[in-house]
Amino acid sequence: MEIVKSFPLFNIVICLICGVLSSVLKPKQAKGLSLVLTGAAGAMNAAVLAWVAREGQYTYMMGHFPAPWGNEIRVGLLEAVLAVFFCSIMFLSVLGGEHYISLDIEESKGNLYFTMINLMLTSLLALIYTNDLFTAYVFVEINTIAAGALIMIRNNGHTLVAAAKYMIMSLIGSGLLLIGITILYDVTGHLLMVNIHSQVAALAASGEYQLPLTVTLGLMSAGLAIKSALFPFHTWLPDAYSYSVPSSAAILSSLVSKGYIFLLFKLFYRVFGFDFIVDHKTPNLLFFFGVAGMIAGSVMAIYQRDMRRMIAFSSVAQIGYIYMGIGLSVPMGTIAAVFHIMSHAASKSMLFLAAKGLSDVSGDSKDFSDLRGSGCRSRLAGAAFSVGAFSMVGIPLLAGFTSKVYFAEAALSASRGKMGIAMVALAISTILNAVYFIRAVITIYTPNEEAASMPENCHLPKTMAAALVCFIVLNVFLGTWSNVIEDAIRIGLSTFS
Amino acid sequence: MDNLFNNFYEAVAVILFGIGFTTLLFHRNMIKKIIGLNIMDTAVYLFLAAKGYIDGRRAPVPDGPDASRLVTDYINPVPSGLVLTGIVVSVSVTAVMLALTIRLYRRYHTLDIDRITILAKQEKYRETDRE
Repeated sequence: MEIVKSFPLFNIVICLICGVLSSVLKPKQAKGLSLVLTGAAGAMNAAVLAWVAREGQYTYMMGHFPAPWGNEIRVGLLEAVLAVFFCSIMFLSVLGGEHYISLDIEESKGNLYFTMINLMLTSLLALIYTNDLFTAYVFVEINTIAAGALIMIRNNGHTLVAAAKYMIMSLIGSGLLLIGITILYDVTGHLLMVNIHSQVAALAASGEYQLPLTVTLGLMSAGLAIKSALFPFHTWLPDAYSYSVPSSAAILSSLVSKGYIFLLFKLFYRVFGFDFIVDHKTPNLLFFFGVAGMIAGSVMAIYQRDMRRMIAFSSVAQIGYIYMGIGLSVPMGTIAAVFHIMSHAASKSMLFLAAKGLSDVSGDSKDFSDLRGSGCRSRLAGAAFSVGAFSMVGIPLLAGFTSKVYFAEAALSASRGKMGIAMVALAISTILNAVYFIRAVITIYTPNEEAASMPENCHLPKTMAAALVCFIVLNVFLGTWSNVIEDAIRIGLSTFS
Repeated sequence: MDNLFNNFYEAVAVILFGIGFTTLLFHRNMIKKIIGLNIMDTAVYLFLAAKGYIDGRRAPVPDGPDASRLVTDYINPVPSGLVLTGIVVSVSVTAVMLALTIRLYRRYHTLDIDRITILAKQEKYRETDRE
């Protein structure tokens, strides 16, 4: 057996061990360890990706018990692509914000931040690779705890309240997920996704237990939708994103909610089977809330005077896009949704870091009135913010444009009613995006006489500058070489179930 | 109605889940929210344990050299394993929530989450705010 096949398991275990190890290290050492670990995880996953692209998918048996009894990891093209991508976003977010981590967090707790970062990476990788529903639940809870800690580690009143709200909503979501998994286990008698799938297919053919299965599907979808901040459940999101450390905000917005959405993909494709989902009308519901989120998130973002809150509300809209893609219930819609997971992650984490860079040269204020001219004071942060904003609006050559094209393409192949709604919603949402993002870009480049005393062309921390440059490159790469990634996602999805 | 009494434990578990869920969602007191969380999780464990139990069989622990080796003598061990794992998870989540509640209480001297939200909004916020 080739060693590459064990890399996903190694990854998860090593991240877990390093998480524990970080708690006894000094903050500086913990930071180094965390960065090296994330880089190494990215490299290992890249090796797995290369192997999978060459040899095809495989399942990896954990322990000595074969399929229906033991635990399994499944590695396919889609999983490997997302794992590599998540590792690189994690690396860049931590690298970009590391300067502020030591500034914003008490000295004695600095290492614990990296414990949580490592745990977060563990849980994300486990959520991507696992083939077992209960394992998925356990790592969902680890993810919740790590995310809550990433918010509350900055000790001020706002983050505490934000963390409390986040934890409450998130625990409600995991409660629903847990009871859903329990009922599903009782109906089908399995915990491995593949075995559940065959049992669900048999039940669908015989027509038995349809009501419990529908209830389960509803409970689990609702739980994961709450956890990933789909529109009416987004109330915890703005506070959590706008008051936490920049790295935390970048990771929370770009990775945490995406891990849950990926688990939802797994539920739909591998556990229930997409035909079953469409028969039970679940996509229609997600489509409705997704479209509502696209519009409502953008409208709320327009009213924000605080830059980071605006970016946070824009996340609500972007999560809406992803759910709309799933809700179209055509293959292209899911491809667009997966691609948007990536393009949103690449743009949003960059926006949060750049916003921190901009407020840094404006006397630590996030208010638009103080941010005037900040783009001239810090050229790189201004450029990165503009690239991120343009990407979110959908200017060609950038990631956000490509995902909007994919969404439009998907809408064309959907049923007639959904096509109309999706197209109109896309158009309205794009205009609203443009309203607040272009306004923000204009604001940061408007010269401000009052701030003439502030220094010209301040230098960002070197690590942040490097991370921002990488993010810009990543965005342009996603926008221009999207066909490579789209092909990978397409092949990955076709072998997903 | 017969179904309800045949599935007595499951029915009770679902009712308890509902009680816990609504307490966690709607109660304003943080401690009561955490109690709600625990009721909700415990309800799921009751559900699992009830489903794993098979009438007339023993716990899946073959004790002693002359214990039966037949699968048909024991109940399903998987739900018990799930309950144990679940308990560990819910204990850690409860610990995190309690720690968070202590910090909120020290800062705002109240456990009412609505009141805390209002108090936090009144605090002036600056990026460099540190303690």
